[in-house]
Amino acid sequence: METTTLRPPQHRVSPTARWYWAAHAAVGWLVLIAVQVVWLIADGGDVPLRVAGLVATGVLATAHVVVMPLWRYQVHRWEATPEAVYTQSGWFRQEWRIAPVSRIQTVDSARGPLEQLFRLANVTVTTASAAGPVRISGLDRETAQRLVDELTANAQATAGDAT
Amino acid sequence: MSATVTDWRRLSPRMLVIHPIQEVVRAAPALLGLLVAGSSSGGHGPLWSLVGVAITVLLGTTRWFTTTYRITPEHVQVRKGLLHRKVLTVPLDRVRTVDVTSNILHRVLGLARVEVGTGRSDRKGGGELKLDALGAPEAAHLRVELLHRENRTATAATTAATATTAEGPAADAPAAPVAIPWQAGVETELAALRPEWIRFGPFTLSGLITVGIIAGFVSRLASEGNVNLGQITPVKTTLGWFGSLSLPVEIATAVLVLAVFVAVASTLGYVLAFWGFRLTRHSSGTLHVNRGLITTRATTIEERRLRGLEFSEPLLLRAVRGARLIAVTTGLRVGQGAQRGGSMLLPPAPRGEAESVAVRVLGGDAATVSGPLVPHGPAARRRRFTRALGVVVSWIVVCLVLWEWSDLPAWTWVAGLALLPVTALIAADRYRSLGHALVAGHLVTRWGSLVRRRVALEYDGIIGWNIERSFFQRRAGLVTLTATTAAGRQGYRVQDVALAEAIRLASAGSPGLLDPFVSGGTPRPEPQVSGGPPDVAQPLVSG
Repeated sequence: METTTLRPPQHRVSPTARWYWAAHAAVGWLVLIAVQVVWLIADGGDVPLRVAGLVATGVLATAHVVVMPLWRYQVHRWEATPEAVYTQSGWFRQEWRIAPVSRIQTVDSARGPLEQLFRLANVTVTTASAAGPVRISGLDRETAQRLVDELTANAQATAGDAT
Repeated sequence: MSATVTDWRRLSPRMLVIHPIQEVVRAAPALLGLLVAGSSSGGHGPLWSLVGVAITVLLGTTRWFTTTYRITPEHVQVRKGLLHRKVLTVPLDRVRTVDVTSNILHRVLGLARVEVGTGRSDRKGGGELKLDALGAPEAAHLRVELLHRENRTATAATTAATATTAEGPAADAPAAPVAIPWQAGVETELAALRPEWIRFGPFTLSGLITVGIIAGFVSRLASEGNVNLGQITPVKTTLGWFGSLSLPVEIATAVLVLAVFVAVASTLGYVLAFWGFRLTRHSSGTLHVNRGLITTRATTIEERRLRGLEFSEPLLLRAVRGARLIAVTTGLRVGQGAQRGGSMLLPPAPRGEAESVAVRVLGGDAATVSGPLVPHGPAARRRRFTRALGVVVSWIVVCLVLWEWSDLPAWTWVAGLALLPVTALIAADRYRSLGHALVAGHLVTRWGSLVRRRVALEYDGIIGWNIERSFFQRRAGLVTLTATTAAGRQGYRVQDVALAEAIRLASAGSPGLLDPFVSGGTPRPEPQVSGGPPDVAQPLVSG
């Protein structure tokens, strides 16, 4: 028993997801940088300090945009069997979620504008519990669609109200 | 059921009297303020408040004309709304709880408000069914129609059979004799308020809320009426006398006055809320809770949906060996204002009494309620201490730095130092509380110090499992296991438990579910997060 652990789920998300995550993070950072640049140009006082701030933001942004997607790609994994959906996520705070297919209430697939650009989709599997939605983001569209179809079919096969 | 069942029915016409009164009462501070201020202040402000009250009264009365409801053999439906018409439809077999409440106005006019709880847990768009209000006999009848349907046992049996897995033995133990109409059903008393329980009243601290409400009311009254409280003679003399005391005596007096006030208010609150409390089990498979001195409340919970119990001991109550019981059931979510009251199964009562009632409700093993729990070990204990002391120590350090280089008053870090022993005590107690067990088809978990809760959750009520591990937990070799459920708090956590133990618990709770994902027996590197190479060899395109 001492050595029992959870093995990581089988599948990684789409490799494209790294670019999507990078773009997503970059947009956020660009807004912050734009604000700083405007502030620097519009109001001239104390230039060295503000330039330093801008540089610091730039360094942090680059580090985040480069490291985060790679790291996340390593840790975000998922797996669906006829009985269960199993996901792993998180870098500092790791999380594993397991939801039995028989208790699935809804299977939603969504695509934000950025995700559409990268031809990606996310899938959210909800159960009757508010504490346990299982979310897989960064799947390519075909996989997402196939996953939704499979899960829906399997969930329908089990009767009851799944509460 | 007869054809009349499908007729659309209206709320009681007596509500036409209640709505205006309710609105006026709600606006009372404003109106009183207006009276006090008189016409001296001028302007149109007071006039507008009056217009506002008039409009809300009018809108309130239209509710009676627009709200109708009916019960068909399959559904309960409510139509409501003036401009935005809405029809709420709930299948009868999704009705989990029925809550019948009458406040003082309702009682004077013989009315009751009915609230129907369903299995919905997402709460989007306020899909709750509320009928405010029906005549008391109609309300009682409606409750019977909704939960004690003559064919209910039969429907229940079929749904239970088609439902995923078999119901736990605990839930089926009080199974009703099939096809007995409700009138013939037997009601057994599980618990009733004993006057000596009122001694727990002062330890509930519910009076703190009362104090807050009174303070809010007075301050609103004062501001609406432009009254300076300091100018009123009795207040002025009291304040003057208070000001003449020395600081320690001042503090002691304030604390004493507040404590006495809160204790009295809490006791009053206890009596008001729980007078006439009775917990009964109806043979058709429901639990009833009746209580209340002025506002009466009758909650009916479908026992088939009762997923477990929460045995809760707030610190003060624990000190006097008291405890309360809360139902873990779908349709009643814990911790949501009025609904919290709805899921209360036993008011603060002697611990032993709470335990025996819990055993009677669960119909099972006493070990689920009072049996020993598995402690979480030294790593979990260390974590309690580092977490508790860490916060205080960093507070002291920050205060010391600011005190040294900036002019932060010295009492800030002195207070931090004084807090240290208290925090250590709480940390020790938090560790002592931690525990879990698998007993008689229930996952039992206990946590908390200021409010210690012990939850017994039926395996069958567990929907899924989340395992979480923060960076620090990983270093300590611990995880937090959450059993998700549609009932109660939606998820119950087993804090700071070893990963192998968490997997053991989850595998026992949902047999077979985890098996494909567990790599047992052979030592295997855990999923790497920081630094290390990916444990499954897949080419990683360097970006």
